[in-house]
Amino acid sequence: MPDILEVKNLSVEINKKKTLKGINIKIETGQIYVLFGPNGSGKTSLLMTIMGFPGYKIKEGGIFFEGREITKKTVDERARLGIGMGFQLPQDIRGVKLIDILKICAGKKPTAELSPGEKALIDRFNLTDLLERDVNLDYSGGEKKRAEMLQLLLMKPKLLLLDEPDSGVDLESLKLIGEEIQEYVRKNNASALLITHQGYILEYLKAQRACVLLDSTIHCHNKPQVILNDIRKKGYRKCVKCWEGKTKK
Amino acid sequence: MLGGKDEKMKKLGDLPGDVIKTAAKVGMEETEKERSASFFHLDEAGVFSKVMEGYKDKVELLDIREALKKHAWLKDYYWKAVDKNKDEYTKNTDELVMGGYYMRILPGQKVEVPLQSCMFISKLRFKQYVHNIIIAEEGSEAQIISGCATTEGTGSAEHVGVSEFFVKKDARLTFTMIHNWSPETLVRPRSGAVIEDNASFISNYVILKPVKDLQMYPTAYCKGKNSVARFSNLMYAEGRSYIDAGSRVILEGENSRAEIISRAIAKDAATIISRGDLRNTNSKVKGHLECRGLLLGKESVIHAIPELLAKGEGSDMSHEAAVGKIAEKEIFYLMSRGLTKDEATALIIRGFLDTSILNLPAELDRTIRNMTEKVSEGL
Repeated sequence: MPDILEVKNLSVEINKKKTLKGINIKIETGQIYVLFGPNGSGKTSLLMTIMGFPGYKIKEGGIFFEGREITKKTVDERARLGIGMGFQLPQDIRGVKLIDILKICAGKKPTAELSPGEKALIDRFNLTDLLERDVNLDYSGGEKKRAEMLQLLLMKPKLLLLDEPDSGVDLESLKLIGEEIQEYVRKNNASALLITHQGYILEYLKAQRACVLLDSTIHCHNKPQVILNDIRKKGYRKCVKCWEGKTKK
Repeated sequence: MLGGKDEKMKKLGDLPGDVIKTAAKVGMEETEKERSASFFHLDEAGVFSKVMEGYKDKVELLDIREALKKHAWLKDYYWKAVDKNKDEYTKNTDELVMGGYYMRILPGQKVEVPLQSCMFISKLRFKQYVHNIIIAEEGSEAQIISGCATTEGTGSAEHVGVSEFFVKKDARLTFTMIHNWSPETLVRPRSGAVIEDNASFISNYVILKPVKDLQMYPTAYCKGKNSVARFSNLMYAEGRSYIDAGSRVILEGENSRAEIISRAIAKDAATIISRGDLRNTNSKVKGHLECRGLLLGKESVIHAIPELLAKGEGSDMSHEAAVGKIAEKEIFYLMSRGLTKDEATALIIRGFLDTSILNLPAELDRTIRNMTEKVSEGL
């Protein structure tokens, strides 16, 4: 079975500025992979590039999904292949209701009814009252993240790109989001590439691997908890140095 | 003509096929089902006026000229919400009036099923002058859907329609006007509304088809304590359409409130001037004005002109205006959910022409939503 995602020697520019340099990542099917790194190190850029957003110009290298190169595919083509993105700052769209977008995610026509299972999922995410509201417009931080995760789960992606699903959410939402994603990944043998700063969501998500993105490139592959502890104790830069020292020996 | 040779027209369905078909596009329900009363003015004369069984003790509906003869008191309303000498169009209407409707919702009557009216031009280069008076008596509630249209090929026709609204104490009136003109038509609606204590006037305007030149600036006078005026406009202009449409509210009563919301989309070489004007004489009032515009063509123009004239400490008025193209971020967000670029764009445009800003009853909302969906699909 090919890896769900392989990023090979990827270099990316935004507005002619080098943002990512020589990135290599392999995510096995069924694996949850964590991306640590300080603000501005390029984590979100990497996810946006994998999703295929314009403005992230690939100068070198390529992206492979289930063994097939997707570097030149459009955002919607990648979504239909099974890549789902949960944004850190979800876009609001005036006039487009949450219910509209949920039906799109579930692959349904606007006039179609939601299934009892889908309705139950919406209920579990505590979003039933928001269905007729414009998507993400004036939602609280927790509502945005819950709406984002609900959309993803309805899309049934094979690979979830999760950009800080635990930032700005209260403890109950965090537990809900974490448990629902974990359950989805387990049941569907799905995979995820996850950005988290504090690692709160790792209490619920069983992540296998992690790395640190610093100065536009990747360092330190290890177990998430090991890396997180090192960052907590020594900071990103020292953590990276320590790891590089070990690998040189 | 009413009382004339066409008296035998017993139902709306007796109108010529192309007329009724076009009228349906502006909300006219040909079968008269789901309507409490229907009025139809074709070219120079009213041809149909009927109140359905069960509503005859609730609403009164007559051709305006007949009503003026029948009710001497009606002259106290005629030209009282719109100035007769405002411009050449009002002057011409006073002189050349061909008809129009008089609708009165009787005191305390809550009419849940909408009344409908249609002003229609079918003759080549016809100039139509009509005058409507709508009175919502104390404590009454009603919704009116009013469509104005031309058949294809009427050339440089002209429609001038004066509408005067009187919303009495504790009454609530929702008036929804839908336009569907041929691209050579000149249109000049002239409307005014007087709103008394605790009364509310909700005016909706929808235009989704090309027009040569349309100019209007309906004005509501919130005279009563706690009176409310709310204008919502959905405008889509394509081709070489020129639309200059605004809404004005004068807040005179204590605690009166106003809201003006407009959504304008200009495509091709179309121009939309979207105006809004809130002003007050009483200082305990609240008003908000919101204008959003979307440009879809290199030559399209939207000119948003929101105005606030606030007097006195305690007046609370605000406006927001934003004009631009569709945000790429919104398109790509939807594409990340699996929609193609075209599907995402259509969805955003449909959302932009959001009928929920109109506060319509479900049936009318569906009618108008179907129209906006067709527009966004056709892009």
